[in-house]
Amino acid sequence: MLREIRPAIVLLLVLTVITGLAYPLAMTGIAGVLFPRQAQGSLIEKDGKVIGSALIGQEFKEDKYFHGRPSATTAADPNDSTKTVSAPYNAVNSGGSNLGPTSKALADRVKEDVDKLKAENPNQPVPVDLVTTSGSGLDPNISSEAAQFQVPRVAKARNMSEDTLRQLVVANTEGRLLGLLGEPRVNVLALNLALDDAK
Amino acid sequence: MTVIGWLQIILYCAIIVALAKPVGGYMTRVFNGERTFLSPVLRPVEAGIYWISGVDEKREQHWLTYTVAMLLFHVGGFLIIYGLMRLQAMLPFNPAGQSAVAEDLSFNTAISFITNTNWQNYGGESTLSYLTQMVGLTHQNFLSAATGIVLAVALIRGFARASMRTVGNFWVDVTRCTLYVLLPICVVFALFLVWQGMPQTLGPYVEATTLEGAKQTIAVGPVASQVAIKMLGTNGGGFFNANASHPFENPTALSNFVQMLSIFVLGAALTNVFGRMVGNQRQGWAILAVMGVLFVAGVAVAYWAEAQGTSTLQALGLTGGNMEGKEVRFGIVASSLFAVITTAASCGAVNAMHDSFTAFGGMIPLINMQLGEIIVGGVGAGMYGMLLFVILAIFVAGLMVGRTPEYVGKKIEAREVKMAMLAILILPLMILGWSAVAVVLPTGVASMANAGPHGFTEVLYAYSSQTGNNGSAFAGLTGNTLFYNLTGACAMFVGRFLMIVPAMAIAGSLAEKKSIPPSTGTFPTTGGLFVGLVVGVILIMGGLTFFPALALGPIVEHLAMNAGTVF
Repeated sequence: MLREIRPAIVLLLVLTVITGLAYPLAMTGIAGVLFPRQAQGSLIEKDGKVIGSALIGQEFKEDKYFHGRPSATTAADPNDSTKTVSAPYNAVNSGGSNLGPTSKALADRVKEDVDKLKAENPNQPVPVDLVTTSGSGLDPNISSEAAQFQVPRVAKARNMSEDTLRQLVVANTEGRLLGLLGEPRVNVLALNLALDDAK
Repeated sequence: MTVIGWLQIILYCAIIVALAKPVGGYMTRVFNGERTFLSPVLRPVEAGIYWISGVDEKREQHWLTYTVAMLLFHVGGFLIIYGLMRLQAMLPFNPAGQSAVAEDLSFNTAISFITNTNWQNYGGESTLSYLTQMVGLTHQNFLSAATGIVLAVALIRGFARASMRTVGNFWVDVTRCTLYVLLPICVVFALFLVWQGMPQTLGPYVEATTLEGAKQTIAVGPVASQVAIKMLGTNGGGFFNANASHPFENPTALSNFVQMLSIFVLGAALTNVFGRMVGNQRQGWAILAVMGVLFVAGVAVAYWAEAQGTSTLQALGLTGGNMEGKEVRFGIVASSLFAVITTAASCGAVNAMHDSFTAFGGMIPLINMQLGEIIVGGVGAGMYGMLLFVILAIFVAGLMVGRTPEYVGKKIEAREVKMAMLAILILPLMILGWSAVAVVLPTGVASMANAGPHGFTEVLYAYSSQTGNNGSAFAGLTGNTLFYNLTGACAMFVGRFLMIVPAMAIAGSLAEKKSIPPSTGTFPTTGGLFVGLVVGVILIMGGLTFFPALALGPIVEHLAMNAGTVF
């Protein structure tokens, strides 16, 4: 048994260096050359300033922008570090609501959001993704129904025609890969950027 | 449920079956010590590693030595992770300035990673430095995966060999598995993931000013290199807190699909390795068929339940299924499929929050773990877990006809059956035992996030996941408490190593036996009857053991949900 001690130590260290340092560092180097944009986090810059990542959702509250899904992410309470406070789209603390199917808190929250949205647009059924939080709290996408649902509000706030906006939504809808994988979706940040450009 | 949804599921299964044979062939060559197409590059590295660490690659080990070597290796791995977490504040590659991690959380995480569980009581981006993620976690992702695979190979050798006292050399197997199987696939896989949008950088977190003028700090890091092995090695510990639902950890529908494939590919291929090593590939296909039957049944239930949605959503007129905790780019089908795959294998990565699944949608992952994660299973662990059930099934068949059971030319006798039972009884002992303790202690109850039966399910899920070395969670449960950190570490440790030791004892005793040629009285183990028998034994064992607990959790919650009750 004693002769197993040396390999246990040396082999562990060698494999640690290979898989824990050489491999991730080599990948970082190669990825930086081959895919520099993605490797840095698919950042979007406007006027030389980073405004976000194409993959990470951000919070939109103003009427003139399309809104993303509700987000359940939290942050440490600045007044009491043992507690957390709601901080939607906090990209340093991803997470979902983790509320189950029989949760009263979830049922109440969804009902409140549904009522709010029905008041905003009574003519269309409320899309489910617009009143449910995502797993990461950073979902960059909404369904195209959820985007279309918001068209009347945005049109009013921007004084634009609903038709123009509907076309913009269609142009910003990504389909399934090869018609099969994934779900059709709209990237909210991309749509809002296109919206600002269209004006 | 939609046609496109089912097409995605069928495509997935077809690719896994198609990959099993070529990948199995390659792995067989690797573990038989033969040359492969990568040998010109890797053989010098391999020889250098043996030279520097004093390994004689020609010398094989007795099963006990093999097991001790494995355990020694894990002691070292534990110390590295624990040390890094405690000292990370003083070490380099820490641009976010993460401080030292508390003792109990470090202990839990170190156990979690050496056991291939990767239970996350920590939040990756808010707790760990890049150095800890790379050297501590990425490396252990490789080594715990490699360990699982080589233990399965050792057990397979037990079946394949006759009248031999050795089952292989642990050091050689681990080195070859890491160099020839895991690393090459990960290099390609990681680059693919970066191409899809996954960050791979050592730079600091990004400060962005959003369109509305708010500040958003965006966590990045060397994500892709870790995620590649996290999936391939069925580890599952996320770089980020939200795991594979985080857009950086799973950017597109394609990255999601390939990640799902990578969870199953090696585990499915091991059934083929088994077939090849025992000299009849149909033996391997029969085992894969057992896994396939259980898998498809699970997918069907979970997909149906999630597509139905919850009565809360339905009452508000919301259609489109249960989207709480799910990402739009994956939708219902890819989220349900991922949940079943990740718990059938002992991966534990999640692309949707299982805690927010419907009662039945969340019950399937729970059952998958409680059955011992033998539906393809964790790399290696699934294979040796399944072989334990096969031994039991063969034993039951032997009882029915009253002759000594045989499997692939080996007599299955009292010692093997006892060891198999010992390993399998670990599951209820840890899962039900600790769940019972947790629900009577105030400190255990205080961690539940949901009231009513769902809170109980959170606890049951936590111990099922940790005992099965899965790592997924009903994540509402506050696991980062002294009680859950310590009891969870116990469940993970026992669930891993008390399964391994009996399995290795079986490997040793089988290897010493003579091989007997099949006769007309031998129960054929390549046909539908055998598949049905093994499926039956698994379900009866699991059903008898866990049904009462499930009745108190997801089943009663389903009834409550349909009655419109909320808690």
